[in-house]
Amino acid sequence: MASVSDQAQLDALFGALADPTRRAILAQLAGGEATVSELAEPYGLSQPTISKHLKVLETAGLISTGRDATRRPRRIEANALALAEGWFEPFRALWNARYKALDSVLEEMDAAQAPQPPRPLSKRRRKR
Amino acid sequence: MTPETSSPRITITTPSDRELRWVRSFRAPISRVFAAITEPEYVKRWLLGPEGWSMPACEIDLRPGGRYRYVWRRDRDGKQMGMGGVFQEVSSPSRVTFTETFDEAWYSGHAVGRYELHEERGVTVFVQTMQYESSAVRDEVLRSGLEDGIVKSHQRLDALLLDEN
Repeated sequence: MASVSDQAQLDALFGALADPTRRAILAQLAGGEATVSELAEPYGLSQPTISKHLKVLETAGLISTGRDATRRPRRIEANALALAEGWFEPFRALWNARYKALDSVLEEMDAAQAPQPPRPLSKRRRKR
Repeated sequence: MTPETSSPRITITTPSDRELRWVRSFRAPISRVFAAITEPEYVKRWLLGPEGWSMPACEIDLRPGGRYRYVWRRDRDGKQMGMGGVFQEVSSPSRVTFTETFDEAWYSGHAVGRYELHEERGVTVFVQTMQYESSAVRDEVLRSGLEDGIVKSHQRLDALLLDEN
């Protein structure tokens, strides 16, 4: 059982994740750290708006702010990375199952179309 | 023949805020993969729904302006789910673009899809890209079945949090 403070953290976490822009920011940070202006650009959002989202994410413990001489890059935290994997998972599982079935179909097509190596070359392939 | 190895991983990316792209390689020539993803007799054998669903209807008129229609059926109670659209561009065996609309829209509006294939030394890379009407819709699609994902993430997180105490 999670303690009360864990519960509060979970609430903050899922509150933070409820917003599509924040999930997109996390997805981008999963690919590497980025500054506020780098994050603002692809969404056409103002820097103050992005900063607001980043603050929510940081409070939830999903990202942290690095220190640099001239910039303050945000980076994703390990917990968030695990979660980010998690929300792609149902989609991935569905397509994994489909593509495994597609592998089997391709194998059967292979067996049906290509004669196996030991076969002599008597197979007729003319068709009109 | 080598023993069966684990299947290649699907790479999922979001190339823009409205798009979703997933990529996987197949050990087969491009013409065969193209046939398998565009001919009904093959498609109905792999484009499956969730566990317990079959695909009783699969019609494909593969030409610009031609329509396609897929119907899935939950075998337990006969519940059906249909989807269809129109082909826009058809360049066998490397590219197909199409629209996609579900009968009972579980996401709003139409989506536009694109199949792209390229082959290198007998391995074909199949890239599917879907563009939705908005980023909110795209996220909705990614979240499909997310209930599951959230529960699992929640459990994982619980474990992490407990570890730290």
